[in-house]
Order: sequence, then structure tokens, then C-alpha cells
Amino acid sequence: MPNFAALTEAPIEFKRNARAALADGQLRRNFRGAMDFLMVKRAAQFADDEECEQLRAFGNRVRARALSRLPALLEQLEARLTRNGVQVHWAESVDEANTIVHSIVAAHEAKNLIKGKSMVSEEMEMNHFLGERGVDCLESDMGEFIVQLRAEKPSHIIMPAIHLNVGQVAALFHDKLEVDYTEDVDLLIQIGRETLRRKFFEADIGVSGVNFAVAETGTLVLVENEGNGRMSTTVPPVHIAVTGIEKVVEKLRDVVPLLSLLTRSATGQPITTYVNMISGPRQADELDGPREVHLVLLDNGRTQAFADSELRQTLNCIRCGACMNHCPVYTRIGGHAYGTVYPGPIGKIMTPHMLGLEKTRELPSASSLCGACGEVCPVKIPIPSLLRRLREEAARRADAAPHHVRGQGANHSTKEGLVWKAWVKMNTSPTLYRLLTYAGTRARGLTPANIGPWTEHHAAPKLAPRTLHERVREHLGEA
Amino acid sequence: MNARERILAKLRGSLEGTTPIADDYDTALVTTPWTYAPAQRVARLRAQLEAVHGETQLTTSAEWPARVFAALAERNIDELLVSPLTLHGQQLAAQLALNKGGLRLKAYDRAVETWKDELFFHTPASLTGTLGGIAATGSLIVWPTVQEPRLMSLVPPLHIALLKASAVFDNLHEAMHTQRWSEGLPTNALLISGPSKTADIQQTLAYGAHGPKELIVLILQDA
Ligand code: SF4
Repeated sequence: MPNFAALTEAPIEFKRNARAALADGQLRRNFRGAMDFLMVKRAAQFADDEECEQLRAFGNRVRARALSRLPALLEQLEARLTRNGVQVHWAESVDEANTIVHSIVAAHEAKNLIKGKSMVSEEMEMNHFLGERGVDCLESDMGEFIVQLRAEKPSHIIMPAIHLNVGQVAALFHDKLEVDYTEDVDLLIQIGRETLRRKFFEADIGVSGVNFAVAETGTLVLVENEGNGRMSTTVPPVHIAVTGIEKVVEKLRDVVPLLSLLTRSATGQPITTYVNMISGPRQADELDGPREVHLVLLDNGRTQAFADSELRQTLNCIRCGACMNHCPVYTRIGGHAYGTVYPGPIGKIMTPHMLGLEKTRELPSASSLCGACGEVCPVKIPIPSLLRRLREEAARRADAAPHHVRGQGANHSTKEGLVWKAWVKMNTSPTLYRLLTYAGTRARGLTPANIGPWTEHHAAPKLAPRTLHERVREHLGEA
Repeated sequence: MNARERILAKLRGSLEGTTPIADDYDTALVTTPWTYAPAQRVARLRAQLEAVHGETQLTTSAEWPARVFAALAERNIDELLVSPLTLHGQQLAAQLALNKGGLRLKAYDRAVETWKDELFFHTPASLTGTLGGIAATGSLIVWPTVQEPRLMSLVPPLHIALLKASAVFDNLHEAMHTQRWSEGLPTNALLISGPSKTADIQQTLAYGAHGPKELIVLILQDA
């Protein structure tokens, strides 16, 4: 089992995890099949290249506009929600967010929570936090439910159980839910439905995430296919929504392009079965809906990304998962190897802000910078550039100012620093350059045969017998 | 300072000296590709809904109750959740009385807490109105009300929805703009595009995950 960052203090061992994943043939087949499927579905939704490019550019502008006025929009969102009867809470850290949720739980003496899908609650390790305090959190999204039964983490932000095939789910249900073994997916889903149905109305509190929070109207927009999100936010007497502070958009109409980009990019659907717009708790004359609605706004490193205009683009993300579906690294190793709640390209640019570069030092380099993620991202986050930027931040001296990212200098090496200093010196001084290249070519027999990872799979490089300058002179007959 | 003030102060500090980006909303981009000739509008909606296992039927404002009775009879369902306070609920009840049919009509007339068990386990079908439809994506616009609460379109395994052909918009932007959503949304507003589904087990699509297993949309061509 790969180590998970939030649960340990040790740095994530990406390379070790990746090696183990690469050796797991079943896992690789499951991911290859799933990613191919999702890529084809997305492509079919964006048949018109021009429309796709224009809409992505528009999506980028809508998100950038929201971020350019984020503090004002958050205040407006809070004011509207409050007017609508929703209670808004702010948390800087996951501990604070968990404490807020727990205090609501305690006020209602709640014992059972039912959750719709929420990546922010994963980020908070909410199940673990509340579990330790005797409160049971049940996942109701089919994928999350499966993953929870296996005591695992989601391996994909949209399709949590994508690392499993039907046989594995069949065995799990047979084992944990004591039903007859069946690989009929319809039957398996009906088993999940029956198991969870009662839980929805036994739950004291429903928890959900938020896809877009509309400042103009004070509306929380949730998209989903199963109906568990609607159940979780409608049946229990209390609804708690948890979300990152970046999820706000300015106007209701801004949802139109973003919604289209989200569902088409994520699962290749023109729209999800349900778009659930929540603007307030049950009114006095209404017959259902929660009597209390809470929104917890979480920072957890987002203000750090926000502080730098380049890194701020990370917060454009609408969590569609397309970057992971198209990532050659993710496809081969799956989501768990990253050891983070958000895997794949988005995880690599987001998690360093949440956990610091010390713990995530291997992540920005876990990429070939092929650029596929940046090309499909519906809000045009330049993911490869941000990965390079984070590599730089990790390599800079820990005490160099300005200090942009927690854990700056995690990969700093004095030796490497000296090598580059020498390189600069050599390349800016013609005499030194000639001297060293001459010496190098003459002493080529002495170059090392083992130069780290390179020579694990390649022959060691050797300098040419003569310098380029010598050969050019010879060619021109000047020698 | 509390968490709220600290977060806002950090964000403000980071934006110091910058100007907010102007709103250059591109309406054409989210409407033009999703515009249909009047004769095509309903056809598009039906095609989109049927692609995700929604059933659609073209009918009229006089004939639709018969379609409801037929759909229920076909499935051996003898009980329907429908509001007696809506015009369509009254029309259905009147028609039923005339037919002397054996169907039982049930009202959602009390708070959910008092009849959860019955709603969840002994209510096989529901009928609701809609506020309109969206051709581009095959969606129904549903704003739950006191008469037709939120769970009516979610809990019963069969959901029958009435849709007026004249209320079918080309795209979401048009619907939102024409119906002035931003001026006042209800506590819960929904877009529903087909029966509930999931592809969480090995990308295999299965219908009837947590919500309705079947959605029948009766399109009233003369309304
Ligand atoms: S970074 Fe872009 S592609 Fe990746 S999840 Fe976020 S929005 Fe989607």
C-alpha cells in the first residue's frame, strides 16, 4: 500500500510507489482501459476543434476574472448565502475545517453522516477525524462506497474506484455485504442502491462538496449522475457543504461555459444527470430539504498559490480530471502512487501548496513535461510550466528571497549549485572555455562510467577526441 | 484576527496594485453552437434524452393522462405520487374518476420526516410538472415547490414529467436569461437529464443508481 501524505510526516515516496505500481499488471490493465475509454468519450464531445479552443479560452477568462476579484466575491457569496439562511464558516487549515464540522455534528448530537462525493472532505481526512470521535461517515457515491469498503483512498478525482475491475468489486460485495457473487454490473449497482437507500434517511447530517459557488445569487452548484448528491443534500435535516475558497464564480451565467467544459472534459457527457443548485435551507412551508445548511470555506494552502500571479493559475482548476486521463505517467501508475488526495498533473501542482515541498519534493519531477495535460485542461492551466516553476522553487536555496512556496529548497543541493556555478563561469569566459574543453577532450578516457540514473539504462557519454573549434578549423584548412 | 479576516487579508494583499479583469462574457460562444430551428428543438431534446435512457412521448394537453395510465399499467404500478394542488394533478384525478380506474393517487402533503419509510420503500412512481426544457443537452428544468417538493423527482423509481413544447429552450444560457434565474432562485433548482446512472464499476453504465431508474417525459405539443 503506497504511503499517503496526509497520514504521515514522511515525504511521499513517489518513486518507490511508482515502481510497485508499474509491476502490477492488473492495475496497469485497469487504468489503461479506463483512460482510453475516457479519452475517447471526451474527444467525441469536442468534435469541433474551434469551438473547443474558444470555449477553453473563455473558461480560462471566466476563472481568471473570478480570481482577480476573489476576496470581494467571497464576501458577496457570504452575504448572499447568509441572507438566504445558509451559515458560512471559514477555515485556514484542515484541522480548523474538521473542528468546525465536528462542532456542528456535536451541536446536533449526530452519530451518522452520509456523504456525497467531495474531494475537499478527502483533503480534510474528514472520515478519519470524525471516526476517531465516534462519528460514522458513510460514502454514498458508488465509487467512493466501494473504495471505503476496501479501506482505500480514491485513485481518481472523478471515478474513485477506477483502479478496480468488475471482478474485484464482485468479490468485495460478496465478502463485505454478504451477497451472492455476481459480475453483473446492474445487479451490483442495485445491491449498492439497496444498501445505501436506508442510510440516506437514517443519517443525521449530509455532507457534500461544491462544484461552483455563485457569488451573485448565493448558490451552491453540484453536478452528479447518481442522485446520491441530491439525496445527501436533501434528505438529512442538516447539510454541510465543504469547499475550497477558489470555487467561487462571479455570476450565475458564468456557470454556463464552466459546466459545459466540466462535464464534457470529465466524463464526455454533454451534461450530468443532475445539476443541483442549492440556494438555501428548507423554508417554513416547504416539506423537505435540510433545515440547516452550512458552507465551510477552506484555505489549506490556496492563499499561498494565490500570492504569486503565475502559481495562482493553479486555482483555475474545476477538477474535471482530464489532465490525469491524458497523462502518460498517471495512466501507467494509477492514482495511489502519488500518495496524495489529488493525483496526476493537478495533484502535482496543487499538493505542494497544501503539504509543502518537503513532503512533495518528488512530485514536480514526476513528469516528462510532454504537455498533454496543458493541452486538454478546460481552463487552460499551463500545468507543464507550473511543474517547471515548482522544480525551480524546490531547487532554490531555502533562504533565498522572495519565498513563494512552503518547503522551498527541499531539493536544493550544494553540489549541484556548484556545478552550475562552474558551468556559468566556463561559458562566460572564452579562455577558460577553450582550456577546459581542450583538457576534457584529451582526458576523455577518465570520464566516469557511472553517472547515476542515466547510466542505469544508457551507455555513459564520452567527450569527443577533439573540440568542435579544432574540427572546424581543420575543416576550413586552417589547422 | 479570525480565520475569515486572515484569509481575506492575504488575498487582498496578493492583489494589491492589480485591477480586476473586466467581464467580457461571450454570449454567442455559449449559444450559437447550440441553436436549433423551431421544428428541430423538440427533436433535439428527445434525441439527447433518449441517448441517456430517458423515455419521451409526444402527446397533447388533453391526452396525456391516458399516457400516464398506460405507462403505469404496463409496469403493474397501481399507485402514483402526484400533487392534488396543481392543475395537472387535478386534471389527472378528474380523468381517473371518469375512467373509474383502480389507480391510487397519493399526495406529498406532509413533511418528509413523517412518512420517510413510505416514500422510500412504498412509492413506486411520481408525476411532476417542469418549468421547461433545454434542447442542447436534453434537460428538464425543475424547481421544486411546496406542492411538488424536492424528493418527488428523486426517490420514486419511476418519474414521469410533463413538459410543454413551448417551454423548450435551445440552451442553458437562453433558459436562464429568459426566465431571469439570477433575480431569484428557489432554495433548490434542478436540471434533470435522464434517469439516475453510474459508470463507477469498470466504466460500465448502469441506470437507477440512487435516483429514478426510469424517467418518462410527456411532451405536450399544444401547450
Ligand atoms: S487542472 Fe485542468 S484538466 Fe486537471 S482537473 Fe483541473 S481543470 Fe481539469
